[in-house]
Amino acid sequence: MSLLELTGVEKSFGAVQVLHGVDLTVDAGEVLGLVGDNGAGKSTLMKSITGVYSTDKGHVSFDGTDVTHLDPGERREMGIEMIYQDLALASQQDVANNIFLGREPTKRMFGLIPSFVDKKKIDRQAQEMLDQLGVHVPSVHIPVGMLSGGQQQTIAIARALTFKPKLVIMDEPTAALAVREVESVLKLIDQMRTEGIATILISHRLNDVFDACERIVVLRRGNVIADLKRDDTDMAEVVSYIVGAHG
Amino acid sequence: MLKLLERTHVRPESLAVLIGLAVVMAILSPVTGSGVRVFLTANNFFNIILASATFGILAIGATYVISAAGIDLSLGSVLGLASVSGAALVVTLEWPWYFAIIGSLGAGAAAGAVNGFIVTRGHVPAFIVTLGMLGVARGLALIISDGRGIYGLPPEILFLGQARPWGIPTPVFILIAVALVAHYILAHTPFGHHTLALGDNENSARATGINVRRQRMMLYTISGLMAGIAGLIFTARVNTGDPTAGLNYELLAITAAIIGGTNLFGGRGSILGTMIGALIMGVLQNGLNLMAVQAYYQQMAIGAVLIAAVWLDQIRTRGRSLQ
Repeated sequence: MSLLELTGVEKSFGAVQVLHGVDLTVDAGEVLGLVGDNGAGKSTLMKSITGVYSTDKGHVSFDGTDVTHLDPGERREMGIEMIYQDLALASQQDVANNIFLGREPTKRMFGLIPSFVDKKKIDRQAQEMLDQLGVHVPSVHIPVGMLSGGQQQTIAIARALTFKPKLVIMDEPTAALAVREVESVLKLIDQMRTEGIATILISHRLNDVFDACERIVVLRRGNVIADLKRDDTDMAEVVSYIVGAHG
Repeated sequence: MLKLLERTHVRPESLAVLIGLAVVMAILSPVTGSGVRVFLTANNFFNIILASATFGILAIGATYVISAAGIDLSLGSVLGLASVSGAALVVTLEWPWYFAIIGSLGAGAAAGAVNGFIVTRGHVPAFIVTLGMLGVARGLALIISDGRGIYGLPPEILFLGQARPWGIPTPVFILIAVALVAHYILAHTPFGHHTLALGDNENSARATGINVRRQRMMLYTISGLMAGIAGLIFTARVNTGDPTAGLNYELLAITAAIIGGTNLFGGRGSILGTMIGALIMGVLQNGLNLMAVQAYYQQMAIGAVLIAAVWLDQIRTRGRSLQ
């Protein structure tokens, strides 16, 4: 059984229909590349998976449960994480707080007053997570906005990986990175695969997609028009699907 | 000391401004019969805190909404509505004394909830919603009270405004208690973390599963509740439910929050900083009063301080982003 299963997902914004009944499955530990032209509906599709958008029609099931009507927080609890292109980091908050945002561990102060954020625990675990990923930041106490683009990218990845996700969606994780940083992100995806974490990689950089993904899905005008195995296809074919020159 | 300020997100500058302003006011204030500067007497000290207590509590509400990148312009008017609502229940309808508390706090929270509801559900900018509420709440206060003060509250309520247990005015205790709880919530609970994150980057908050709509709704309700508490204290101090209470107080409250270090564009806010900001406004008002400066000029001074504070902040942040 697949980890993620989308059936007939439709989504419109006003009069504009963006998704026209998308079917898609992703298996556990699979690295799937999702490609398509600008406006093909990639981001909308991903936000339908994370729950940021509610779907008009169709179903999203995850890990054997229908999650169509769950909100983003609940889906995150189930193990769906997304790393946004703009990273969605809160730039004035510190590194550790960003990693634990929305899931702050709490304790009772003096054993009495409830829901006191356990800042010590946040700092310690954030540091552990960054060490594990081989990321170096000056301190977990500095505001995220003071870090470089590559460092911010890894903070966003650390946030996604801290809570043992089953599926991580990455929207253009390599677009703004230097060559060496791209390599470390791709290496990280491979490491996640060996740990059984499924990844959906959205990218315009077909090199990266062919490098990281065993399977490539092409989205065009809100429809899945190709579902290809990396080993049975090549870049020219994928490009022809993206621009609509195929068939 | 600096470390404590940093940990509580208080800017050292705001403390320096407070001390500097106090020194200036002390030097400029007249001398009493016994040769002491009026500004430095214990009585005057309590006057400052007593006056600051009302808009200090409003400023706590302002800190919550502003640090989440919102704004509440209705604070002063809601204070007035809360004042007459509590007094009307107890004086006009002759209900038991505690209905003054329920009425004031309830009216404040309700007005805040209406603000929050329209902002989150109607997607109307907070600036417009709360500006509208500024008119609606004041009008409603005048209607309820028929345009007159509702005079003569029971002693239990007067205690909240006029008593001096251990020589310290009750409103000071109330301010400290409210500020401590507000500080704890903003700095140390998930709710507080989410508030700052929401003001910092709404997408970030939404992406991490924070219920942005509920968060905003609660923030505006809290802001209204603060106006309710301030309204209750006002009523108790002057023994009157006053429909004109809190006129222009939103100016004082927002200024106190901003000079206390709250980021006007969200993402940063500290209750301790806001308390220092409120004291700065209190000292400024009090000092100008002692020097017998006309109220008209005071109004100008406070407005100028607000603009200057935001201007300086803009220069700072721009300098930082250019680095």
